Amino acid sequence: MLKALFGNYAAVPSHRGWPRFEVDAGTWQAIGESLREGKLDLLGEWADEAAVHCALFEPASGQLNIASIVASAGRVPSLAVFHAPAMRLERTIADLFGLEVVGLPDRRPWLDHGRWATRAPLAVRPGPPDSPGPYRFLESDGPGLHQVPVGPVHAGIIEPGHFRFTASGETVIRLEERLGYTHKGIEALLKGKTIAEGVAIAARVSGDSTVAYSLAFARAVEQALDLAPPRRAIWLRAVMAELERIANHLGDIGAVCNDAAFSMMHAECGILREETLRGCAAAFGHRLMMDRIIPGGTAVDLAATGRDAILSLTQRLSQRFPELIELYDNTASLQDRTVGTGVVSAALAAEFAAGGFVGRASGRYFDARAALAYAPYDALAVKPALRNEGDVDARVWVRIHEVQASVEWLEAAVRALPAGPVLNPAVTAPVASVEATAIVEGFRGDVLAHLRIGPDLRIERCHLRDPSWFQWPLLEIAINGNIVADFPLCNKSFNCSYSGHDL
Amino acid sequence: MIRGWHTQLAQIVLVLLLAPLLSGVTRKIKSRLLRRRGTSVFQPYRDLLKLIRKEAVVAENSSWLFRTAPYIVFATTWLAAALVPTFATGLTFSAAADVIVIVALLGTARFFLALAGLDVGTSFGGIGSSREMMFASLAEPAMLLVVFTVALFAGSTQLSSISAHMTGPGVGLNISLALALIALIIVSIAENARVPVDNPATHLELTMVHEAMILEYSGRHLAVIEAAASMKLLLYVSLIACIFTPWGTTVAGSGAVAYAIGLGSYLLKLAAFGFMLVVFETAIAKMRVFRVPEFLSVALMLGLLGVILLFISRVPQ
Repeated sequence: MLKALFGNYAAVPSHRGWPRFEVDAGTWQAIGESLREGKLDLLGEWADEAAVHCALFEPASGQLNIASIVASAGRVPSLAVFHAPAMRLERTIADLFGLEVVGLPDRRPWLDHGRWATRAPLAVRPGPPDSPGPYRFLESDGPGLHQVPVGPVHAGIIEPGHFRFTASGETVIRLEERLGYTHKGIEALLKGKTIAEGVAIAARVSGDSTVAYSLAFARAVEQALDLAPPRRAIWLRAVMAELERIANHLGDIGAVCNDAAFSMMHAECGILREETLRGCAAAFGHRLMMDRIIPGGTAVDLAATGRDAILSLTQRLSQRFPELIELYDNTASLQDRTVGTGVVSAALAAEFAAGGFVGRASGRYFDARAALAYAPYDALAVKPALRNEGDVDARVWVRIHEVQASVEWLEAAVRALPAGPVLNPAVTAPVASVEATAIVEGFRGDVLAHLRIGPDLRIERCHLRDPSWFQWPLLEIAINGNIVADFPLCNKSFNCSYSGHDL
Repeated sequence: MIRGWHTQLAQIVLVLLLAPLLSGVTRKIKSRLLRRRGTSVFQPYRDLLKLIRKEAVVAENSSWLFRTAPYIVFATTWLAAALVPTFATGLTFSAAADVIVIVALLGTARFFLALAGLDVGTSFGGIGSSREMMFASLAEPAMLLVVFTVALFAGSTQLSSISAHMTGPGVGLNISLALALIALIIVSIAENARVPVDNPATHLELTMVHEAMILEYSGRHLAVIEAAASMKLLLYVSLIACIFTPWGTTVAGSGAVAYAIGLGSYLLKLAAFGFMLVVFETAIAKMRVFRVPEFLSVALMLGLLGVILLFISRVPQ
């Protein structure tokens, strides 16, 4: 399919790695139709001042291409007309760049709540702020329906997001999300920054995925600048990524159970998560391993006692974790809550190209570590985890299997760590602007980083796409027909990022 | 000689003072079971003091009902709690108020709390009130059936008499009483918003029942509601203790030693029931909202069975 679409185009030479094609409106429409037919997966859509780009993955061939369309007079054709998952991405493009997305079915602003100092802050000429008036939520009409607005300030200590439920008694008829409360202007902030500054910002996009974001950013920089990190660094980065995955999955498994008031699981998982974080601190000098991954390698080598710390951690996990799995599996009252709750159909998971445990719990097996097989996973693969039920229980089980797979992987990887340096500092400035795209598997799913670096080694444009972009919309559908009181459970089983989404 | 009304007065003060401690102890045990250190058992007292000193924020569109409901709830619950013999039977009020009055008082408290939940017009308050009433429509009849079983068995609806009858000769294991006990435990769990019916520690506004109704309360209003909630827990534990484990309870008017034994055994019972409640809570997840009526109908059926079995097993005299 990709070949048929782009066979007549020459790849843009400034884009390294996966080819990028600048296409005309006809091909852009053909892309939309292929997306609608499910032949391609949309892995991201973003803009710069004068063009819109999209990352396309072909599951049949495992190929990944990037397509761009140049805006003419500030107008670009929409993909969302054909493919609903592009909707929020294109609304964001309109918000940030002021481009008019022609044919976009939903023209309401998405991230822009009318409270920014400028309108279209990333456009060539940002406009003055306008007052957009009240946000119109989608309507549901019927006898006995009532609305329950929840958030953006919640009773618990979580990130802000607004959820508008329309319910008939306890049953949810429609849920509409409103996000954007944690918009920090990351993409504007990254503009003109040096690479060292850029990687520090990328590491702070979503605190729980700091390793994944640093890695995605670093890999994009390395791709663009032809910078090869040492072998040891490649392995150390993956070790960090797996540790991050284990810690977050443990936290999530406990939190899902806690939302069903089964606090014992929460307490036990919390202990294991804490031990994992302490292991990370012992191995890499930081509990979350923030700022450890930089373009060219890693900022620190594994501590002298790091190998033992990780091995004793994996040993402890493989000893203790099976008991918790048994506890989860054998508590009937808990299973009663999770099984059959918040189902995402396989068709929708495929349409939205949902990554991570959301996709893998609904039969969509896409794991960037396997599908794109970046180093070192090409040498040492991670056992896949897949379920088809698509409910809260399946999402918990995918996490459980992933923790086990990561523990196994870590044990093998730490024993096979190559020796040598951990940083290749030989950065050479390019003659002209260069760009690259990288995708890595964070704990939530595939994190995409696209960036363009100028000859002065400063970032001209950087786009970071959180896996949550394609998971948030599915949460709206998962809760339909469930009862209002089950929403926290569904929400926690998705555990989408607000910060990574709102940027 | 300690008189009946002295005992009654002591009882009124005792339930008020002891209730936060029971909440504190259950929280402490729960924390320890979850491998946490937990706050001091006296934390609920500090929380109440803190709340009383704080400003009460009242929604602009609330009516007089919203402001008076906490005191009504507090007064009725306190009165109901004072009617259950804790360490001594033969209370002065016993003659005037039997166990049906207690059920009625608690029903009144619930009625006003549900109205207060609706008063401000927030969606959470409405959800909480509607769930509470749904549960209550089954919990209250179940409670009454338990009362009938016990009353038929003991030949009285006065708790003092029931308690005295239970310690008397000729009361052995009885299937009706066993059914009534299980039913009463289920009702207690539901009425006190404990896991698996409700989660008193949750921060998830969408899953709340009791907490959703009182979400808009703050300051002294919240303090009296919290005090009433902890008294309600004490009431139910005392009720179970008074009917099913009346050992050690003294009779108003006896000597100081008997009082000491009565008080000591009462505290022991509270601790034991509190511990069992928490162990049960820790081992189970919360139910779906629509499972709760099924859970409560079990209590209702058990209560009914208890009554019927009493009738058919009654030997004609």
